[in-house]
Amino acid sequence: MLDLIVTNRFAITAVVLFGIGLLNVMVQKNLIKKVVGFNIMDSAVFLLLASLGYVDGGTAPIVGDVGFHPLYINPIPSGLVLTGIVVSVSITAFALALIQRVYRRYGTIELDELLERAKKEAD
Amino acid sequence: MRPFAENFPFFCIFLALTAGIVSAVLPSGRAAWRLTLGVCAASFLLSMGVLAYTYGGQLSFTYTMGRFPAPYGNALQAGPWQALMAVVFSGVMGLSLLGGARDLFRDVKPSRQPLYFTMADMTLASLLALTYTTDVFTGYVFIEISTIAACALVMAKDSGPNLIATLRYLFMSLLGSGMFLLGLVFLNSITGHLLMTPLSGAVAALCASGGYHTTLVIAMGLMTVGLGVKSAMFPFHMWLPDAHGGATTASSAILSGLVLKGYIALMIVLMVRVFSLELTMEVGISNILLLFGLLGMVMGSLSAMREHHVKRMLAYSSVAQIGYIFMGLGLGTTAGLKASCFHILVHACCKPLLFLCAGRLSTVSAHHHSLRNLRGSGYRDVVAGVGFTVGALSMIGIPLFGGFVSKLYFATASLYTGQMAAVLVVIALSTLLNALYYVPAVLSIWGIAPDELKEDVRLHTAPEDRAFDGRFTLAAAALVLGVLALGTLYHPVMDVLDAGLNLLK
Repeated sequence: MLDLIVTNRFAITAVVLFGIGLLNVMVQKNLIKKVVGFNIMDSAVFLLLASLGYVDGGTAPIVGDVGFHPLYINPIPSGLVLTGIVVSVSITAFALALIQRVYRRYGTIELDELLERAKKEAD
Repeated sequence: MRPFAENFPFFCIFLALTAGIVSAVLPSGRAAWRLTLGVCAASFLLSMGVLAYTYGGQLSFTYTMGRFPAPYGNALQAGPWQALMAVVFSGVMGLSLLGGARDLFRDVKPSRQPLYFTMADMTLASLLALTYTTDVFTGYVFIEISTIAACALVMAKDSGPNLIATLRYLFMSLLGSGMFLLGLVFLNSITGHLLMTPLSGAVAALCASGGYHTTLVIAMGLMTVGLGVKSAMFPFHMWLPDAHGGATTASSAILSGLVLKGYIALMIVLMVRVFSLELTMEVGISNILLLFGLLGMVMGSLSAMREHHVKRMLAYSSVAQIGYIFMGLGLGTTAGLKASCFHILVHACCKPLLFLCAGRLSTVSAHHHSLRNLRGSGYRDVVAGVGFTVGALSMIGIPLFGGFVSKLYFATASLYTGQMAAVLVVIALSTLLNALYYVPAVLSIWGIAPDELKEDVRLHTAPEDRAFDGRFTLAAAALVLGVLALGTLYHPVMDVLDAGLNLLK
């Protein structure tokens, strides 16, 4: 049992992180906390992805002065994580800018207050 | 030496991306608008070239960027199916921006207008890339680009309700793309591939050996539902009416007509090329799509019936129409897939037409949006009235219009499948429901307005709004012709789809 946990430690951490993120997205009323939730979810996926490409004792897949090391980690997941981080950063920036705009317009970033104020304005 | 036409798909995407960057630094919105229209036209013509080349030769080719071979470089794949989608996407995009121009220049602040066109260019680029890509991860990146661009198109009007609608849209979209990414990670971890061709071989091998079956099913489910959330599949459609109904006319037309279709195009490519229809059928994903599709057809129409705001009504109707497409995919047969592809084309012509005409009708009626206050508006701009009527008749499914043909093909595709009865009953019910809200809408547009409404409209409509809008007229006429062409000359289109879907595999 303990063995199983140790070998799958990255996957388990990823699942826990993903759950925390998702819970934040669903439950939090504060819009910025929701965005943080999305970020935690993304981190979970990246952790999972990076750990999938990791080979125990492997080196970076670079041909250096010492020649090519036979045991190297899978570079594709690392590349994907990098791309994923870029995507996640840009989405976060966009979401934060949008929330700032909402705050200037309605003076709040609490979702229920926001909807209430918008509804009051519409009437 | 490969034929020069094989460069065209790449040129289209590259042109759109470059135009997006250039638009951002152009001094005026008009210049950016002209540039974007030019890019749409160029992309339309180039895609026509690709279509003629691939359909003429009955071939599908892979374009490797920078000649780096498959696992290292990025590649595009183009066949008649992709080319046809690209033709429609770029053509309708241009027409939406042309027809909605007057509303757009009024709704968006002058200083922001160049940026609006940046986002429009990015949307076009991502639509084309989603259609042509051979790499699932490139697909994911362009999904996110399209999310940001589409959200920006919604919020361009910069009013309070728009901002809230954008927030909702953004959060739902992020959830959708997160699911897609997670599915992708699982798929990559069990197959070790991201390119579609080796991926499909690996998936087939996994199926044959029976290994990692649960993981495979979860990955497929996550990817399908993720794309479904983003294309407003029924239970996940709550963000759509606010986002599409409140945006400026051109944005509504682009979002409803095209952006939703980009994700569906990727889903179709995945289903056909990577997972194969048999596997989607076997693991039950088809049935889920079918169920959600059928529910969406009914529930979307029911919500549309309760709506008085004309654009929100059209937005709910999009939910129903997307339901048709998912129903076709859910049948799990090539015939159903073909009907769905045809419906994508019909809806891509029809819904922008309806949005443009509804926008124009509101403009000439003192910016009223409720159907009650649009009474008699058809007489104030006859082209808009006729265009709206044509769109509505096509949505209901009257012969000679595009919508009829797709319903016919959906019904034919459902014959001899297990779900024949359910599909036929729901198509009939949905047609009835469509008629129940589109017919009153058309009647009220051509109705007689009471005197006080006439007076109100006369007093509150600015003279420049009342003036003849040539750009709108041109765009509406082109879209009407498109709907009629799809409704009468559907055989050649079906032949192209047939050849395209065969070559897609």
